[in-house]
Amino acid sequence: MTPVVELRAARKRFGQVEALKGVDLAIGPGELVALLGPNGAGKTTSISLMLGLRRPTGGEARLFGLDPTDRRARSRCGVMLQESGTTGVLTVREIVNLFRAYYPASLPADRAIALGGLDARANARIGTLSGGERQRLYFALAVCGDPDALFLDEPTVGMDVEGRRAVLESIRALSAAGKTIVLTTHYLEEADQLASRIVVIDRGVVIADATPREIKARIPSKRVTFSAATSVGDATFRGLPVQSLEVRDHRVGLLSSEPELVLKALFERGVAIQDLEVTGADLEEAFLSLTRRP
Amino acid sequence: MTRPAAAPFPQMLLAQTKSELLMRWRVPAFSVTNLALPIVFFTFFGLPVAHVVRGDGVSIGAYLLASFGAYAVGNVMVYGFGIGVANERGMKVDRLMRASRLPPLVFMLAKVVTALVFAFLALVLLIGFGIVAGGIHQTPAVWATIIGRLLAGSLPFIALGFAIGYWSGPHAAPAVANLIYLPLSFASGLFVPLNQLPGFVRTLAPFLPSYHYAQLAWSALGAGRESLGESLLWLAGYTALFLTLAVRAYRREERAKFA
Repeated sequence: MTPVVELRAARKRFGQVEALKGVDLAIGPGELVALLGPNGAGKTTSISLMLGLRRPTGGEARLFGLDPTDRRARSRCGVMLQESGTTGVLTVREIVNLFRAYYPASLPADRAIALGGLDARANARIGTLSGGERQRLYFALAVCGDPDALFLDEPTVGMDVEGRRAVLESIRALSAAGKTIVLTTHYLEEADQLASRIVVIDRGVVIADATPREIKARIPSKRVTFSAATSVGDATFRGLPVQSLEVRDHRVGLLSSEPELVLKALFERGVAIQDLEVTGADLEEAFLSLTRRP
Repeated sequence: MTRPAAAPFPQMLLAQTKSELLMRWRVPAFSVTNLALPIVFFTFFGLPVAHVVRGDGVSIGAYLLASFGAYAVGNVMVYGFGIGVANERGMKVDRLMRASRLPPLVFMLAKVVTALVFAFLALVLLIGFGIVAGGIHQTPAVWATIIGRLLAGSLPFIALGFAIGYWSGPHAAPAVANLIYLPLSFASGLFVPLNQLPGFVRTLAPFLPSYHYAQLAWSALGAGRESLGESLLWLAGYTALFLTLAVRAYRREERAKFA
């Protein structure tokens, strides 16, 4: 079966910066995939290549087996980009109707507005929407053409809890209806809630491509903090399963999935430990430690 | 499942034009200025001499209505496209349109149709004002010829507007449009007849686009200084020049944002 989206050894250079350093990725029909990574990891660049908004400097991008700039491919996609804008004087319903006119077989306007959770604001002018509502409007515009594939770049940025829930629910419903969905996020929690597959991108390369369960299993789950009576340095922790090590004066903080092993080794190495604390690590923080290797 | 790649062209153009008109209607400050300014200028420069008839039988009032008509249409085009396009770039509407499936051609055509509607309104209001307030008389056929020619010949100013809109940012665009269009109109004899302008301006005028554009209207009154073909040739040349500049700026931006 032809993948909906495919990147083959895709590279992208912006001047001196190589944003993507050879990404291989194939997304099949009906998949809900989250591209996860910190800011500047290459998520937006990946989406831009998939959609033909930018051209790869090396490798190849395919959309429905075609060149991504091919109208036949792009017309089957709904897209929500970061940092887009529109004039404020049209109402929500008016701009949704305008965008519906661009597509051969659109959803009814009310349905698109409801998917954005904007029923109560349908007759409001765009200029009066909050940042989060505006973001939901762009979501409604992305889905109003009833696309087969949906590309969402940081869809929930700036949304309040309520709005975020509405959009996440819509994404789930569209996925259940068989749409292929690719979204970017830098929240592990969001990716975990939604996606059946998480692709972790860091500094232009894919560092993990697995189910949420497998990704979480790789993440250090405990935070260990203590004061050392003797002086400690990087050498003290050599060979230990430690991530995100921080030593300030004599206070040490680290993340590990095997804290017992680490502490045992430290005792054996003669480190005098005081004020020991072992707590569950913050999921987001732990995830970031995965992407910020020294 | 195969579906057509896009909605029918007329459907997209109609919806886009309707929205453009609605947006203009709801931000009246800009459109009203476009419609009122030529009438205000005509009141100062035209009304006091509206009754005068030249030695060759040409009504000065009608001549100045034609001049300010040319100014009015160019005004709608240069400002509408120049400031409009620059503003939309500033608001990142281009990114939203990129994400949609609207062909850029339809996006631009809708703007052209909208501008033509406003230019038509501006001409009707101006000429109506001249007839009522200045008692200026011409046959309906002459007025229709002036309106038709000015709308059809406005292409170089649409291209100039696009060029300004793509070369300058949203804050600079109004100033740039003013700096280019006002001196251009003045030096082409649209505000004050050429024979009352300094010698170097009179030498310069026959090289300016608005000079040849106004000839389209003046010649409808028998007051043209060149043949219709000559005017059209000049306007075609300027269209090509401005269009080249606009396309270059557009491509430069495309490369920066979407390459």
